[in-house]
Amino acid sequence: MQDFLQILITGISLGSVFALIALGYTLVYGIIELINFAHGDLFMLSSFAALTVLDRLDIGFRDATGSKVLGMLAALIVAMIFGALVNVLIERLAYRRLRNAPRLAPLISALGMSFVLVQIGQSWKGSAPVSFPRPIANQNVLAPFGSPVTLGLNNLLTIVVTILLLIALSYVVNRTRIGKAMRATAQDRDASALMGIDINRTIAFAFLLGGALAGAAGLMFGQFTGTMAFQRGFEAGLKAFTAAVLGGIGNLTGAVLGGFLIGITQAFSDFYLDPRWTNSVIFGLLILTLVFRPSGILGDSTTQKA
Amino acid sequence: MASMVTTYNTRLRQQLHDDPTTSIVVTLLAVGALFYPLIDRALGWNTVGTMFPIVAFILLALGLNIVVGFAGLLDLGYAAFFAIGAYTVAILTSPSSPVVDKLPFTLNFWGALVLAFFVTALFGVILGAPTLRLRGDYLAIVTLGFGEIVPAVFRNADQITRGEQGLNAIAKPTIFGMKFGNDIVRWYYLLIATGFLIIFVARRMRDSRLGRAWMAMREDEIAASAMGINLVMTKLSAFAMGASFSGLVGVMYASRFSYAAPSSFEFSTSVLLLAMVILGGLGNIWGVILGGLLLGTFDRILSIRITGWINSLGETIGVGFLETVNLSRLRFGIFGLTLVLMMLWRPEGILPNERRRAELRADTTDGETAADDTLYGERGAPV
Repeated sequence: MQDFLQILITGISLGSVFALIALGYTLVYGIIELINFAHGDLFMLSSFAALTVLDRLDIGFRDATGSKVLGMLAALIVAMIFGALVNVLIERLAYRRLRNAPRLAPLISALGMSFVLVQIGQSWKGSAPVSFPRPIANQNVLAPFGSPVTLGLNNLLTIVVTILLLIALSYVVNRTRIGKAMRATAQDRDASALMGIDINRTIAFAFLLGGALAGAAGLMFGQFTGTMAFQRGFEAGLKAFTAAVLGGIGNLTGAVLGGFLIGITQAFSDFYLDPRWTNSVIFGLLILTLVFRPSGILGDSTTQKA
Repeated sequence: MASMVTTYNTRLRQQLHDDPTTSIVVTLLAVGALFYPLIDRALGWNTVGTMFPIVAFILLALGLNIVVGFAGLLDLGYAAFFAIGAYTVAILTSPSSPVVDKLPFTLNFWGALVLAFFVTALFGVILGAPTLRLRGDYLAIVTLGFGEIVPAVFRNADQITRGEQGLNAIAKPTIFGMKFGNDIVRWYYLLIATGFLIIFVARRMRDSRLGRAWMAMREDEIAASAMGINLVMTKLSAFAMGASFSGLVGVMYASRFSYAAPSSFEFSTSVLLLAMVILGGLGNIWGVILGGLLLGTFDRILSIRITGWINSLGETIGVGFLETVNLSRLRFGIFGLTLVLMMLWRPEGILPNERRRAELRADTTDGETAADDTLYGERGAPV
């Protein structure tokens, strides 16, 4: 039981990272029905951006709590802005021209973009995994309660930040003018354009939101694992995409749910099966979902327009 | 109906003869391929050995072209079939494989080749069957997942495959007592002969009833199905054909290098193949060969030479950046950029297939979508 709870906690904190990345896939898919292959690699690059900030600030274990908090916030904000801007740039350069082309054209362009980003990551930080500064000690926050299960401070922060970001995202999408424009564009692009919505701006905004969330995920993933490598974006991206599909692509709640499910699946597979088989388990899950329930757990059939 | 088919076939032949670019390319390719080892020796390039993997990848690209170019099914896990072919011959003939001793018979190269053909075709069907209902982009993801799982299985099932170490000492072919061994020229010609066979088969299939069904399906599934095309059989046969071609090449590749290891069959291999097909021209066999030749030679030969030139240029003019730049380390970025730029500027490839071009550029010719283009294209702001 203790093992079980412990793994569940690991899974949930890992899952919150996947949820943030999955939201980027779902936001973009919801609005232009493109599987943004480059998203996982964008996450990797933003993670490198966060790492660079932490390295430059050079905050260590011994610094005061205040400067640690400020340093982490700076890294978070820089990573989010970086992710957002790069994602908007990618949309402008590689996808916008292809918006009315056959489906496969933007998909292949996204695939190419993904390789370009991998190359940038490799040239930026080299081929070997880079160690990620973790200024906040990962002490067990449950220790005072005498709990046998440990919940690291870092993991707790990851979960808390994810929840805050989700609340913010849900506010933007459901309560603001631009959020309304996004939902309208997702439903019917032609009609939205006729209603005076600036389609290009709205789509760019969806990429901006997705990129910012990937940036936040980049910092938190680094805090979780302590290292980052240029080829990890692809794998994390594919897992997050699985999460988005599992929850129902195009559905924001679904992406979060899927993210947590994938995180938990990964944690359990790592522990009870063998870490070497984890990827196969998750990709197998992806295939099964796509084949038997392409609309996902929460997806409705309206997202399935051809 | 019959007369329509005949006119179509005649028109195809005429097209081939009328189109000067294609006939020049074809002639150059055939002559170049046949005399390459002689030219190579005369000029002292010493590249016949390096040509083997390049030609092998071109043949793989031809197989992928059946799936993506003819049938329009985007397969991102094509290297998986290459791996299955390579591992079939490795597991059946390598002395380090535990299976070999338990076999009631010993298989030679040719036996394994035939077997691998059917095994990979079977796996093509196994992958194809559950994906029949899926739309284009979902299909791409499923094949991608498959392409990730297959090398992982070979990597992790180390009782049979020896994991990361790989299997070695794989059987090599013999024709009429002529041993292939490590003779690079013989291997080269074996592969070229296979290439001619594959091109012949691919062209006949393209112009056959099945090939026309593939293209009809690619253009409009619903319309094709309404015209009486059995979508299930048509899709599965595309997967099976593409897979078995890849399997054949996999067997030769493993046998030539006497080695099969999981790292050769990863996602980047599938993407390199896709880049070859797209650069040359989706659906056009000669285009795919040209694309494969360009990317393959760049990847294996030119990137190293050009790097040398740039570095020495950098030394002469004293620019530090040029002295250290290394193109072979930038290969992923270059392939990726190829895909993006081709999609943006020339989605139909260098040597386009006419029908494919019409499809890929449909938005600029079709009245209704052209109107959409002015609405959302970068030219116009929404009205």
